Amino acid sequence: MPDTIVVACDGSEAAGRALDFAHKRAKQQGASLLVVHVLEWSPYSFLTPEEIAERHARRTEELARAEEHVIAPIIAAYADKGVSITTSVKYGHVVETLVAEAEKAGAAEIISGRTGNSGVMSRMFGSVAGTLAQVSPVPCTIVP
Amino acid sequence: MSITPRVLATLAAMTAASGAQAQSIDETVNQIFASSTGWFVNFIFAPIPGTSFPWIVAWLVIAASLFTVYFGFVQFRVIRHSLHIVSGKYSDPNDAGEVSHFQALATALSGTVGLGNIAGVAVAVGIGGAGATFWMILAGLLGMASKFTECTLGVKYRNEYADGTVSGGPMYYMTKGFAERGVPGGKFLAVLFAIFCVLGSLGGGNMFQANQAHEQLAGVFGQYPGWITGLIFAGIVFAVIVGGLKSIAQVTEKVVPFMGVLYVGTALVILLMNFQHIGPAFGQIIDGAFTGAGVAGGVVGALIQGFKRAAFSNEAGVGSAAIAHSAVRTKEPITEGFVSLLEPFIDTVVICTMTALVIIITGQLMIDPATGDYVLNEAGKIATLDGSSGVGLTSAAFASALPWFPYVLVVAVLLFAFSTMISWSYYGLKAWTYMFGEGRNQELSFKIIFCVFIVIGASANLGPVIDFSDAAIFAMAVVNITALYFLMPIVKRELTSYLSRLRSGEIKRYH
Repeated sequence: MPDTIVVACDGSEAAGRALDFAHKRAKQQGASLLVVHVLEWSPYSFLTPEEIAERHARRTEELARAEEHVIAPIIAAYADKGVSITTSVKYGHVVETLVAEAEKAGAAEIISGRTGNSGVMSRMFGSVAGTLAQVSPVPCTIVP
Repeated sequence: MSITPRVLATLAAMTAASGAQAQSIDETVNQIFASSTGWFVNFIFAPIPGTSFPWIVAWLVIAASLFTVYFGFVQFRVIRHSLHIVSGKYSDPNDAGEVSHFQALATALSGTVGLGNIAGVAVAVGIGGAGATFWMILAGLLGMASKFTECTLGVKYRNEYADGTVSGGPMYYMTKGFAERGVPGGKFLAVLFAIFCVLGSLGGGNMFQANQAHEQLAGVFGQYPGWITGLIFAGIVFAVIVGGLKSIAQVTEKVVPFMGVLYVGTALVILLMNFQHIGPAFGQIIDGAFTGAGVAGGVVGALIQGFKRAAFSNEAGVGSAAIAHSAVRTKEPITEGFVSLLEPFIDTVVICTMTALVIIITGQLMIDPATGDYVLNEAGKIATLDGSSGVGLTSAAFASALPWFPYVLVVAVLLFAFSTMISWSYYGLKAWTYMFGEGRNQELSFKIIFCVFIVIGASANLGPVIDFSDAAIFAMAVVNITALYFLMPIVKRELTSYLSRLRSGEIKRYH
């Protein structure tokens, strides 16, 4: 069975570079790609009564938007280029969800882009790439 | 010049210019209000013939006790499981992004944790003495069973529309549940409930909040006419519910839980500062609960006050929470019932008790050293150190230990009042559109009425406002509990089936 490489994807330019890199590597190794798009979500956030009533509808919209603007372009760009690609759109904490998906798929590697924020910004808000590097259960490549 | 001093300066100018005239506006609003709602209040609080016991209080207590026994003390049996559900241990990871149990509980709580916990409790111990606290806690514990029943039904019979939005609450379980059981009258009860729900949203969910928010502001910053507070509040609420300024509501929803924690934390600090008085305070509570210790109406007086304030604060049996809880994502309606029963516990057994203990421990209620009984004022209420009542009494109690606390309390009161108003505007709106149909004009007309009542509430005296608030909320409970009696076998079936599947391991734990 070929190895699976997980690529974190949020539709940004940085994620695009990571995907390019992952695709090349997968091709060399004969691995398959699992593209994971995470919508940041906490079940412990606070909502107004109206948001609660509309939540299911909003979620359906958000998923449709993610499919259309993040997943569909990837499929269009990389299908039929010699690497098998599967995709997954999930809600949750970004890093935790990436790790969970990688474990579920038995992935050999996680590849992620990075925002390029340094210093104060990432100290205050944390960075996905930094945290991922710390907690990833499999080798992890951060693409600049 | 920043915005705050400018607003304050404008307020001061308005007050100075219109002092005499404003007082008369307040008085006129108050008179009209008292005379037009008196009959309704009298009917709801009429005593059982031959006694001084209001039938409505008996109605609530009997219902809560019956549900407690019928469901085999469900509130004590499942509380551990409830906490597991809230923390997400039984949530399907594939449902991430949907409304979680925690979110439904938090939103329902921010609707109930309001001035009832701060001002209502002060009213209860101000009339019923320390003993009222005991009955309040008991009512909170029993109320957990009522809440469990109504919220399970709220989820089970909610309406899910094609666009993915959800509407639920007593109106829906009355119509659908009664139809399912082949009992007539569901539609009639639903409309009756909707009428009282609109009144309740304008009363306890609106006027009472505005009224006490104004009292706290005036108590800290000096007296000024109530309609000013009313207009400002109405303006902000209008911006949120009509203008769609969601950000204000979202910020409030995020800040209110922290205010709640801060409030309870501060109360705990004051209790620790006076820890040598905690024992005697509990002595007073138990003693007062069974001897009446000289309050108006004796034991029954204390009991009535305790039960009334508990019901008004945690809304168990009222039906409002069933509206808030109904949007949760779950395959098992009963799980939301388990979660919702934590609400009266947090609201009444924890938060209300904190308020009561602080008032008692700081010695705000005057006790005659010779007899050990309370000193009563001419209105038959217990005399307090500085003569304050309602939110003013709570404020004075906290201030006696921490002099700066009234300023924090102003912020807490404003936020609690605001979040409760936003929640109740939604409950009222759901009832309104149930009666008059969904649509922009119908929604707008209710929202405008709601804002007008904020001004009325802030201007009226505490007496008529609090009476009407109670009456409207309790009227909801009359209709809702009637329906719960008919529908409780359905909940029992769900409960038995769920618990046996939980034991057999068919209900899966994910985390």
